[in-house]
Amino acid sequence: MTREIVITGLGAVTGFGVGAAALWDGLLAGQSTLGPITRFDASGFPSALASEIPDFSARKFVPKTYRKAVKVMARDIELAVGASLDAVHDAGLITKGTRDDDSTPLTYDPARVGCHIGAGLIACEIDELTAALSTSRNDAGEFDYEAWGRGAINNLTPLWLLKYLPNMLACHVTIIHDARGPSNTITCAEASGGLSIGESKRIIERGEADICFSGGAESKLNPMGMMRLEFAGRLARTEGITDGASLISPYDPDAPGSLLGEAGGIILLESKDTAAARNAGAYCQLAGAGAGQSPASDDPARRSVGLQNAIRAAIRSAGITPDQIQAILPHAAGVPDLDLEEAAALRAIFGDSLEKIPLVTLTPAIGETLAGAFGVAACVGALCVHHQTLPTRLHAGKCPSDLQAHAADQRDASIQHMLVCSSSLGGQNAAVILKRIDA
Amino acid sequence: MPTSGTIRVVITGMGWVTPLGDTIEGVWRRLLSGDSGVVPITHFPASAMATNFAAQTPDVSLAQRFADPAPYIGVGLNTRFALTAAANAWKNAGLGDVSTPGASRAGCAHTPTERVGAYLGSGEGPPDFPAFSATNLAGWREETRAVDTRAWANAAYQNMSARCEVEQEPNMPLSHIAQAFAAYGPTYNCLTACAASTQAIGEASEIIRRDEADVMIVGGAHTMIHPLGVTGFIRLTALSSRAGDPARACRPFSLDRDGFVMGEGAGILILESLEHAQARNAQPLAEIVGFGSSADAFRITDIQPDGLGAKASMAHALQQAHINPHTTDESGRPPIHYISAHGTGTKENDSIETTGIKAVFADNAYKIPISSIKSMMGHLIAAAGAVEAITCVQTIRTGFVPPTINYTIPDPVCDLDYVPNQARDLNQTGGVKIALSNSFGFGGQNNTLIIKRFEP
Repeated sequence: MTREIVITGLGAVTGFGVGAAALWDGLLAGQSTLGPITRFDASGFPSALASEIPDFSARKFVPKTYRKAVKVMARDIELAVGASLDAVHDAGLITKGTRDDDSTPLTYDPARVGCHIGAGLIACEIDELTAALSTSRNDAGEFDYEAWGRGAINNLTPLWLLKYLPNMLACHVTIIHDARGPSNTITCAEASGGLSIGESKRIIERGEADICFSGGAESKLNPMGMMRLEFAGRLARTEGITDGASLISPYDPDAPGSLLGEAGGIILLESKDTAAARNAGAYCQLAGAGAGQSPASDDPARRSVGLQNAIRAAIRSAGITPDQIQAILPHAAGVPDLDLEEAAALRAIFGDSLEKIPLVTLTPAIGETLAGAFGVAACVGALCVHHQTLPTRLHAGKCPSDLQAHAADQRDASIQHMLVCSSSLGGQNAAVILKRIDA
Repeated sequence: MPTSGTIRVVITGMGWVTPLGDTIEGVWRRLLSGDSGVVPITHFPASAMATNFAAQTPDVSLAQRFADPAPYIGVGLNTRFALTAAANAWKNAGLGDVSTPGASRAGCAHTPTERVGAYLGSGEGPPDFPAFSATNLAGWREETRAVDTRAWANAAYQNMSARCEVEQEPNMPLSHIAQAFAAYGPTYNCLTACAASTQAIGEASEIIRRDEADVMIVGGAHTMIHPLGVTGFIRLTALSSRAGDPARACRPFSLDRDGFVMGEGAGILILESLEHAQARNAQPLAEIVGFGSSADAFRITDIQPDGLGAKASMAHALQQAHINPHTTDESGRPPIHYISAHGTGTKENDSIETTGIKAVFADNAYKIPISSIKSMMGHLIAAAGAVEAITCVQTIRTGFVPPTINYTIPDPVCDLDYVPNQARDLNQTGGVKIALSNSFGFGGQNNTLIIKRFEP
């Protein structure tokens, strides 16, 4: 008998600030956090709008004894740390990082706590690196390898590399909360969080952990990160526009592209038996998970095979059929080429009934948050299922009539099963099925 | 509570691209001979650096291995290593030949593409350092001690290649491998530092056990032998700085060890369900019988000093393999016949790994041959676990165990049998039936695999 798994804690750090609750409230209110970039002067970039998290530092989200370590955290790591603490509080867990003193008992034996946090390629902070590189220039002003090796290298802080390793998201979280079970770092762009949730599920099912931190975080909101996404052709040109939400139109063939966001989204997946033993409430069940790879092709329909494979695998592992899905939270990037692929996959799976299934779209509210996106989507999906509510949907353009992605008000909905899915830059796809817990 | 399934997971193909070569037999001969692949760095002008040597791997030509190499023009060196190793492994497994037009799935034509997946533990692509540093310096303003990001963006458009930047994302080797072999089933890339490819192999074997795929392409590829990678490890004081004699620099478990030596390359294995392998008459090379994973949850810079994380990962793997580490088997030996150590050659790793092995095996620890091939091919970082898994399979196939070279002075803290300097022939005592491979990552992610001789 396979162990059932429930979601007992939600944690999010998004453009709406810290907290899955702030995210949900913002979505219900139909707000968007997309606006002019203030983190750095983005006037030299074609895309100068994004969703930024204002006034966020992980310093407030780590134990006092761990504050020094925040200095070696890239923004991505800080987001994961913040979202994890939010999830721990939400789940009512007592961990090493939250207990008042060493005598307070922990909710779980640390050996039974796993951690799967997806991450992207973390760009190093250019001010920090260039301050060191600038001490090693030849007469022409070019970088001088000889001078660097002989001594200028020491102008770079000793722990520099550790700030940017993708597994440091999970490592800091495991250290803070003393999670000594299996820990992994999936790096598959937008699918990272969903693949991580699938891995956590399997590890709890095979009995190697009772609870897992799961999700992802990423911030490409820095010059090098944003330039990579620009090079990948994802971002909308924003010249003269300040209202970001006015640009984002998922599934619109004329959509201008996406806008960058930054986010951490972490859920706590818990075995139903151990959650029940501690009388923990749950938002929903994690009923299924699947993965699949898109073939490389210029034809979006051909590419959609990967997402289809992921969705079918998730539906199969949940033991249901496609007609039992009553809401979908797709990636909905607002990038026509990606959206065509996603729409083709959804049409292939759901056929004519697709037009009756409401979609929940997050990009118009929080931007493209990459490895952070799926964890956040899982938080929102869990809240939709739990509250039987669909948040307000924003959309700036037109979308095909068989896709319920157009602008719409918040409304009640009957959702027994919800699909959360994403494709990725690179072609990996992830899908999970959230199931309502029967009253 | 280990996985209880009836699906057995076997290895049917292997390929590697290493500082010691890129054929299974050729590299194996050099490992048994105790050859070193460590040389002065030539990838960039490194002579003035505190560590100016590494185990470099010659670049590979995809045009020779792929009938259609066009999609791979402009991919990173890590992806070139990965594709080459994968082409060799795929062919070795008899699944197909990508160098012959139309033959890429000749051996698995009836296997649906969604039943073929991939799980890599690959590292990010190497940065285009000349472009990145030139762009950064063009934007640097001494008066504000900061980069003018408007000027930086202009310079970025001048200097950088869009393709090269996108190819640095760590899922790119995976994406290209999935295309090359039509693996449209479950695909993952994990990057748990130096433990990544061991973790990838372990989790991929679980995917087959769950019956979510029949074939998984697994392993990893990585290179950090570039200015920022070498800089990063020098600043962490993790590298050997034994200048003057690169081949003798990496000294795992020896008292005078002073750090690891960087390597680069790829290791790819083909995992299959036994049923799928048998249905196409493929000969299993070995079987994956155990996988364990744990986190130190200690410090980002240090390993838990009692080896608790290493112990937990080894103990879980043994438990899944139904092996009691304290027993003696029919050959009169402990039930593990060879340990491929993480054995980086840093003071801390080697002593704590030794502590962990002793914590798991107690008195039996002294009777198990343990070696570190990093002494010869350096540390392939994310790809290290994959080449070490291949090494384990080779010990099973040949009965020979590679040495830990450059072992000069015994360390009282590291008092196990590290197979010093000379390969060992175990065939007289029954060869290697079961091998264990350890990989531990910076930040405390630990993974262990147990690989067994295939018996029907």
